[in-house]
Amino acid sequence: MDLSPDDRFQAILDADDKIEPTDWMPDGYRQTLIRQIAQHAHSEIIGMQPEGNWISRAPTLKRKTILMAKVQDEAGHGLYLYAAAETLGIGRDEMQHLLHTGRHKYSSIFNYPTLSWADMGVIGWLVDGAAITNQVALTRTSYGPYARAMVRICKEESFHQRQGYEILLTLCRGSAEQFAMAQDAVDRWWWPSLMMFGPHDDESPHTAQSMAWKVKRVSNDDLRQQFVDMTVPQAEYLGVTLPDPELRWNEQSGHYDYGEVDWDEFWQVVKGDGPMNRERLANKVGAWDDGAWVREAAMAYAAKHDGRLRSAGAGGAA
Amino acid sequence: MSYDVPRMAGDAAWTEHDADDHARRPGDEGSGPMWEVFVRQRRGMSHVHAGSLHAPDAETALLNARDVYTRRSEGVSVWVVPSSAVTASDPDNAASMFEPFAEQPYRHATYYDIPDEVGHM
Repeated sequence: MDLSPDDRFQAILDADDKIEPTDWMPDGYRQTLIRQIAQHAHSEIIGMQPEGNWISRAPTLKRKTILMAKVQDEAGHGLYLYAAAETLGIGRDEMQHLLHTGRHKYSSIFNYPTLSWADMGVIGWLVDGAAITNQVALTRTSYGPYARAMVRICKEESFHQRQGYEILLTLCRGSAEQFAMAQDAVDRWWWPSLMMFGPHDDESPHTAQSMAWKVKRVSNDDLRQQFVDMTVPQAEYLGVTLPDPELRWNEQSGHYDYGEVDWDEFWQVVKGDGPMNRERLANKVGAWDDGAWVREAAMAYAAKHDGRLRSAGAGGAA
Repeated sequence: MSYDVPRMAGDAAWTEHDADDHARRPGDEGSGPMWEVFVRQRRGMSHVHAGSLHAPDAETALLNARDVYTRRSEGVSVWVVPSSAVTASDPDNAASMFEPFAEQPYRHATYYDIPDEVGHM
């Protein structure tokens, strides 16, 4: 049976199989994935900054080595994802350029400041917890290289969440000041963590098409609910209060009800006016510019080395 | 695997000329250079190294790979890569390359003490 490329693509999706780089795919599918995977990669890389902020001030050597390992993981996750995006025909330097010129976005959560050590705990618990919720769903995404990168990332991400929760357990079992520090961090990060799942389903412009293409497997609101249900008991165990007076168990639905996210704040940060947008991007561009000589030196060394080998080879052959 | 570990690009004796035909050993002259074969078992999975073979060119290597490595439906996709294109880590340096990670248990989720009551994390 001779299928048209379109039908073949659809048949792969219908069978719940993966689309691979060599398969024909609609241009919209390709562009959607480039946008999403690049944004995901950029988030990992920009996400190194809020935590990098505390490496030099970690309370113990143990916490410092853990934090360095975690930030190193974020860099690695960014690299897996850039490589996955590159299979769609976009170059990594081009993605950097698009990020640096504001045409690619990254997760707004990283536009909030990390004000205390407790933020390292809350980022691991809530921010990575939200990211894991999203990423576990994405291990079933229809694009093979993206799905495989997600599997790898999810395996590594569990350490991130657990180390964060452990920091908070330590603080919450400590002095009154330590507990207050943990509560303050929870107060500041709870709502931004819920925003990580994006707008409501009926206001999310890409959701319907992404679900049809099986790029997205679970909707924003469903993922957000999953996260809330998972997190509330964990907060209770810590003894911290989640800053939402409307948060309560709903016997009928079997889920927690929760209040409305401040969507004005959400859109304000998405559009570039969050507390840290300018600084995060300026740091990223600065690191790129400051690192130019390293990239140039590495390329020059490789070219020189290659030239030497060529002439040695030619000499040997003569 | 039954073939020699490829020489490394940093080796003093390594040359571009070697790279072209280092996999050819006495007796191989008539069958072409060596190719590494990667097979994708099914859609969604990575290509995994299956083995190697000799062939005079890429197209023939691909056909040979199909016959040698996928006769029992082991795959849905095959890659062949010239063995000479592989730069391998030096087995003698394995200790300094990989052992430091054995001393970093904090990179693993199980290092952290999370009470059972908290649930899966």
